[in-house]
Amino acid sequence: MTEIWRMIGQRLLLGMLTLFIISVVIFGATELLPGDLARELLGQSATEETLAALREQLGLNDPAPVRYWNWLTGVLQGDFGVSMATQKPISELVGTRLGNTLFLALYAAALSVPLSLLLGVLAALWRNSVFDRASNALALTAISFPEFFVAYILILWLAQTGLFPSMVRITGATTTGDLLYSAFLPALTLTLVVTAHMMRMTRAAIINLLASPYIEMARLKGMSPMRVVLHHAVPNALAPIINVVALNLAYLITGVVVVEVVFVYPGLGQLMIDAVTNRDIPVVQAIALIFASAYVLLNLLADVLSTVTNPRLMHRT
Amino acid sequence: MGRDILLSIRGLRIDGRSGDAWHPIVKGVDLTLHRGEVLGLIGESGAGKSTLGLAAMGFARDGCRISGGTINFDGIDLCTAPEAIRRGLRGKRIAYVAQSAAASFNPAHRLIDQYCEAPVVHGVMPREKAEGDAVDLYRRMRLPNPEDIGFRYPHQVSGGQLQRAMTAMAMACRPDLIIFDEPTTALDVMTQIEVLAAIRDIVRQSGTAAIYITHDLAVVAQMADRIKVLLRGDEVEEADTRSMLAAPRQAYTRSLWAVRSFARPEQPPGRGTPVVSVRNVTAGYGAVDVLKNVSFDIHARRTVAVVGESGSGKSTAARVIAGLLPPRKGQVLMGGKTLPPGFRARSRDELRQCQMIYQMADTALNPKLRLRELIGRPAEMYLGLTGTALEARIRDLLALIELEPDTYIDRLPSELSGGQKQRIGIARALAAEPQLIICDEVTSALDQIVQEDILKLLDRLQGELNLAYMFITHDLATVKSIADEVVVMQQGAVVEHGPKAALFAFPRQDYTRLLLSSVPEMDPDWLNRLLAARGEDA
Repeated sequence: MTEIWRMIGQRLLLGMLTLFIISVVIFGATELLPGDLARELLGQSATEETLAALREQLGLNDPAPVRYWNWLTGVLQGDFGVSMATQKPISELVGTRLGNTLFLALYAAALSVPLSLLLGVLAALWRNSVFDRASNALALTAISFPEFFVAYILILWLAQTGLFPSMVRITGATTTGDLLYSAFLPALTLTLVVTAHMMRMTRAAIINLLASPYIEMARLKGMSPMRVVLHHAVPNALAPIINVVALNLAYLITGVVVVEVVFVYPGLGQLMIDAVTNRDIPVVQAIALIFASAYVLLNLLADVLSTVTNPRLMHRT
Repeated sequence: MGRDILLSIRGLRIDGRSGDAWHPIVKGVDLTLHRGEVLGLIGESGAGKSTLGLAAMGFARDGCRISGGTINFDGIDLCTAPEAIRRGLRGKRIAYVAQSAAASFNPAHRLIDQYCEAPVVHGVMPREKAEGDAVDLYRRMRLPNPEDIGFRYPHQVSGGQLQRAMTAMAMACRPDLIIFDEPTTALDVMTQIEVLAAIRDIVRQSGTAAIYITHDLAVVAQMADRIKVLLRGDEVEEADTRSMLAAPRQAYTRSLWAVRSFARPEQPPGRGTPVVSVRNVTAGYGAVDVLKNVSFDIHARRTVAVVGESGSGKSTAARVIAGLLPPRKGQVLMGGKTLPPGFRARSRDELRQCQMIYQMADTALNPKLRLRELIGRPAEMYLGLTGTALEARIRDLLALIELEPDTYIDRLPSELSGGQKQRIGIARALAAEPQLIICDEVTSALDQIVQEDILKLLDRLQGELNLAYMFITHDLATVKSIADEVVVMQQGAVVEHGPKAALFAFPRQDYTRLLLSSVPEMDPDWLNRLLAARGEDA
């Protein structure tokens, strides 16, 4: 067990190093954006004096490393700074949006992960059958269309007919039930986009193992095909499956930008689009960092889970 | 032994698919097995032994189909019975023991869970009773710590123990018939004895019938009441063990018996500077020393066999010489000159002097390259040959290993037989024009008849090219036929080292005697006598 904790510790440290490098990249990239923030904020009519005063106030005259350091120490204390556009603290702004995005991601994950695992296992069990071919074809069709296209098709079919709303409004009075109903279309869009990847990986990981001697042994012990796949193949296919699920979960959090815009869903992706349009650099930086953290954390989780589910790594003699 | 018939196979034909065509693997074989009887199935690989054994369970591997004949198991026709009936028999009334227990146990589950699966799923007994039974069988299979060993995962248990645990698992439902598919082939001779004795006792005590598949005559002589010889899917002959051993009727059977007739004269002792000299080498992985203060020399035109059980450090010694594992202490000298410990620090010429041939030619050859490239690459890299000179050299090398250059030069490894692949491994080593070739279990994966050809080839090449061989093997019959000197290793140390004749005739160490006496002999009473003798010693 101590080895597991040591591994988690190591991965956490590595993850922090990764995040640090990402923070440098994010800061550097926003530095490269053309234009003058102060002029952007005050407009073309601003005088040189007011511009200079604002630059002084925002610390824009400090050299880049100093500004990076101030930003980083702030972030580490949970202070992402103040939005230039709204003058509100970013942590406040991001907080509710992050909650909404996580809700949508979880919603889509709750639909897509069981669905793709089920389809993947069944496709492996009945490989080369009509079911296998059909589910593969459907999943590939869904992933081949751009997200916005899938979203508009769903709106055309399911919203125009009045079954589900095409826009999501979240107010203080919205109950979870309402939310599940009104966010169904964005969640379904995301499900269609991520299912193919997870399903095909599950199928491939299982089929890869079906030629193993221990699978033949299970069949020679008279086990049913279902039991052979579920009890003998799946436990050995967990590592690749966990990794592809984690990758897609990360995508559900960070890749929702287009879907949120189409369905006017008040999540982080929307906020990021708005911030980019307004040149609200601190907000862009904060969201980029949150997205990066989601990737790092989910991959860490995937690593730990694939280790824990592998007896060869858990029980070293 | 009951005389009633348990299994009756008549005119069985099985086809295998290659591409779009079906070709026959088993060509109309009859087989009769009585209750409690052990039938040995023997033949080279490709004889259809395993396919026939699996057919006795009503099972055909993917890409195979039963195309004719009948399989009658205790009144049930396995060819026509629905899959559910056949599945109900497998694991319950007919069980299977596979060649490699290490690969045939599921790495994700503990041994006891895999043991209990068949009895519980087939509804033979509840889990608690099965667990108790398992401990009892583990004890009877002479596994260490029978109470606890079931709670280990396969990777925590040694190969010989896994093979016994697999036999225990096959016994779980007290089947009427067990198919043993080469259960000891992957084990070294010392472990093989224990597994053979345990299998034989448990089969006899339980009155289980068995089909024992092997290519090792000496092993089948210990295990079987009757022997059936197969060749390319056809039966050659069948007789009870003693009469078959005493008077084989068919020429092919006699040729199987006569195998290992090859023995080359011992070469004169080496003089002058040895080609390679291992001096006081200690090496290992992590915190463990796998080699402890090992020293030996190999002279030109001499073959030094390194023998020992698995895990004795034989292959590690080869890795140290090749520079793959830098030693902790000691050094390796080549032609009297100290070699840098790691291969990265060695010059191209130093690397050229020492080449390796591997056990699994299948995995040692890049399947995407043609023989031209496989053999040509070392010649190009080490000797700078190009163009027509390279082409000529490749053809010479192919001729040297007795493969017709025009036919073979543009083939892929997948278009070759096992023996031919191993010849390519040899040619690739020769292409570098080395002084030393390390042969790591090069014949273990081959049939006896093919082994013989490879040994003869190696012998001829040694004479023609002045090669020194380091021959790693756990097969003492091979040592007898090809070695000049023998290094016996145990737990990383050299326990005995000397000329072959003296070592085989007068082993000085107990361990060497134990090792030598463990080699199965073609005498049905050999195992009995050996166990009796060891029982007295103990």
